[in-house]
Amino acid sequence: MPHSITLCLMLGLATPLVVAGLAWLFGKHPNLRDCLGPLGGVITLGAALIVANDVLAGNTPQWHLFTISANIDFSFRVTPLGALFGVVASGMWVMAAVYSVGYMRGGKESHQTRFAVFYAIAIFAAMAIAWSGNLLMLFIFYEILTFSTYPLVIHKQSDEAMRVGRLYLAMLLSTSLLLFLPAVVWVWLVAGTLDFTPGGILGGRIGNTIGNAGVVWLLLLFVLGIGKAAIMPLHRWLPAAMVAPTPVSALLHAVAVVKAGVFSILAVVVYIIGGEVVVAAPASVWVVWLASATILLSSIVAIQKDDLKARLAYSTISQLAYIILGATLASQLAIIGAGLHIAMHASAKITLFFCAGAFYVMAHKTKVSELDGLGYQMPLVFIAFALGALSIIGLPPLGGTWSKFYLMAGAAERGLVLVIIVLAISSLLNLYYLLEPVVRGFMRKPRDKTIPSRLPLMVIPPVITAILSLWLFFVPWPFAPLARLMGGS
Amino acid sequence: MTAFLTNLPAIIVVSPLLLAVAAVLLPRACAWGVACLATAISFISAWLLLLAYTGGRQSYHLGGWEPPWGIEFALDGASLLVVVVIASLSFIATIASRAVFFPEVNPADSQRLYGAWLLAIGGLLGLALSADAFNIFVFLEISSLASVTLVAMGGQADKRALVTAFNYLVIGAIGATFYVIGVGFCYAMTGTLNMVDLAERLPLASNLTPVFIGLAFMVTGLMVKAAVFPVHFWLPSAYGFAPIAVTALLAAVATKAPLYVLARVTFTVFGSFTTMTGFILQWILIPLALMAILLGTILAIYEKDIKTMLAQSSVAQIGYIVLGFGLGTSVGLQAGLVHIANHAMIKGGMFIGLAGIATAMGKRANLSNVIGMGRRMPITASGFIVCGLSLIGVPLTAGFISKLYLVLAVIDGGYWQITALVLLASALSVAYVWRLVEAFWFRGNGGETRLAENPLVYAPLWLLAGANVWFGMNADGLVSAAGRGADSLMAITSVAGVG
Repeated sequence: MPHSITLCLMLGLATPLVVAGLAWLFGKHPNLRDCLGPLGGVITLGAALIVANDVLAGNTPQWHLFTISANIDFSFRVTPLGALFGVVASGMWVMAAVYSVGYMRGGKESHQTRFAVFYAIAIFAAMAIAWSGNLLMLFIFYEILTFSTYPLVIHKQSDEAMRVGRLYLAMLLSTSLLLFLPAVVWVWLVAGTLDFTPGGILGGRIGNTIGNAGVVWLLLLFVLGIGKAAIMPLHRWLPAAMVAPTPVSALLHAVAVVKAGVFSILAVVVYIIGGEVVVAAPASVWVVWLASATILLSSIVAIQKDDLKARLAYSTISQLAYIILGATLASQLAIIGAGLHIAMHASAKITLFFCAGAFYVMAHKTKVSELDGLGYQMPLVFIAFALGALSIIGLPPLGGTWSKFYLMAGAAERGLVLVIIVLAISSLLNLYYLLEPVVRGFMRKPRDKTIPSRLPLMVIPPVITAILSLWLFFVPWPFAPLARLMGGS
Repeated sequence: MTAFLTNLPAIIVVSPLLLAVAAVLLPRACAWGVACLATAISFISAWLLLLAYTGGRQSYHLGGWEPPWGIEFALDGASLLVVVVIASLSFIATIASRAVFFPEVNPADSQRLYGAWLLAIGGLLGLALSADAFNIFVFLEISSLASVTLVAMGGQADKRALVTAFNYLVIGAIGATFYVIGVGFCYAMTGTLNMVDLAERLPLASNLTPVFIGLAFMVTGLMVKAAVFPVHFWLPSAYGFAPIAVTALLAAVATKAPLYVLARVTFTVFGSFTTMTGFILQWILIPLALMAILLGTILAIYEKDIKTMLAQSSVAQIGYIVLGFGLGTSVGLQAGLVHIANHAMIKGGMFIGLAGIATAMGKRANLSNVIGMGRRMPITASGFIVCGLSLIGVPLTAGFISKLYLVLAVIDGGYWQITALVLLASALSVAYVWRLVEAFWFRGNGGETRLAENPLVYAPLWLLAGANVWFGMNADGLVSAAGRGADSLMAITSVAGVG
């Protein structure tokens, strides 16, 4: 009889797969099929919370399945960071599942069963990434996530969607194969293991094997090779993937895919290379500049985008770079900030995408400039959008405050004043381009008489995730304690 | 019972060879059954040997004659692995063959067909087990001539198969001749044909020039047989025009045994000539392997006919195996052996699946006529694609383990540039498999008619697809078996004559 916490791991991993299987079986019964997602989400979230609680109690839940080779197991072993990401992924799934039912039905989309099946498989891959016991497991499910989201990206099957699908696969696969995989194998050869270990597994092996320069090359291979983190210049797939339905964008850009990317980078720094090893390699600051450049450049691009989803996509690229920044700063506070930002940005950005989808399905608006005066027609959606935007900007009393605060403190810890300036400028840019839709909605006169349709399934999820962003300011449980545990304090 | 167990190595080879005669003599209706029986016996024997294997080198003396004079079969980590792979895949391909053979071949020929089929399998198994350089030539010829016959059977549906079979015959004969000339040089210098005996006596030869000439001839001959670039050109057309069931068998097992013998000759027989073999490995095999990988992948990307596309891909996959061998390290050999097993499961599965699809459609499958196949034949198409994903090395499949170990071996060998090239080719290979995924599920209007699916095709197919997934997760068994195989290839121990 396995330990009860292991049962929770099994439950959390199996539920999305079971949901996928049942959704396929019940494809002919839409009502039954569409209940499965939210239900599965609740079960998975429950399991993830219990696991997180167990991690906070100082335990390491694990589940060993197979042996890949003498020193690498096919096993799940939950680190504090993994527990954090597990709660984020499953929690957002609950909301996304409810919302996508409303969206797909409201928009009368085709292939709804295929959509439901691969959505659940993608969540499975995200949970497996979160709970991976070693770097090879993480790589395996990182790739599975790429393949399982492909049918979602090309959902519309138009020529444009097929082209974007190829770009999506080509960019994510080529970066992971050409840079990520060699980095994994290199670590394996140097360290003889790939298990996630607090403090990293390279410590003590630097001097005589790869040296400080090697550490920076390794870090660069990981940061560029993990294409899901969308650092410039490897970000092109992310705005292109906007061709997919909005729940997919929410999944790709808030819950699973991009978060899996930055999670992977953070896990590599914290549990493989080791934060102290990164700090000790002076040249690692160049990777910090790469992340800083992405933060500013993508914000500048976002300002110019009138298409709301494209603007949110570039905002995502910028926010992901915050997390990469925190990981590559690698000081204790910066790592805590990066971990927290995974959770805070997820709840805020999914709110924004839900709102964007609601504008599209309920009022057929896709451009920022078309939102003039719509605020009084759809007040709840606009208020939710405003809260999400404020959280991303990092203003109290919203959850995003904490992560931005820790990131700045982390930059100060490294003595990088320029990074603090970058963060400040970026916040100002965020303020402009994320609040513009809200300002237009409430301050401008409407251009035409649009009467939005009423779809409660599309309004409730953003409202809930917006309230969650607010809630996380006051009670950042379990994210703050998990992030602190990961940071080693 | 004990007698049965001790004679298992002989039974593995003798069963298909003897029952080949029975397949020809018995009535037409029995042919497939006899073939199944013969391969099942080899299959079970091989697995029994694997389960009973405790390590080391086990020698079996045919007729009780002591080596180096008598004929010796030897079982060690490497030969056992190759024998199990060939026996398993032959068995599975034989089961699947009946349902897809007879649209292409006249049923009246089934006795001759299965006779040749069993001879080819018996020859390959003999190749893998033989510890005697000359017997390897004999088995090489048995399997080659039988394979040529099988390819020529494609002439009933497409006359071009006859030309292809003739080319295959000539090229195969040249390869075998080169090999036997090489053996002759070595025999002249040492007076022995037993491979372990050769390994001991070759360094003592009075003049090393004939020995090196012998090595060059043997390696060249084996490269022809194993379809290593640039002497691979017979393979795409032979696989392309053979009846598709024959392609499934040949693609799964035919090049595997010569590849193993290539490693055996370079590492065991000539293992003590490290400078000479090191030169061959580093300056001949590695560059040729890289050319094969790139060329095979690129040609596969531009190919519209799926059967030929998979054949081109085989050229590249053989390149991966040879690259592993060429590194000359233990972990490189391990990677090569892992891929021998995995590629057999992958290509066996893909050609069986393709056979099912082509037979149901009644014509050759190309990229435009398989649109919507995922809806027309869901079980067959999905099994085919699982093997396809393994071919491109998607994680959770056996192909990923192959790729992982190959990259490990290449980086371990210090070849960063080659790592980049291998991974680039691996990324490119996604292109040709993904076009099939797109065509099967994500193109077309969804209004296609369903086609009948044959359990005799999709059961073996899914067995292989399942094996691909299983060995992608629980890889340790295969990986350690390959590790033992690599050790046994590298070990130059004096075990001659020890029974």
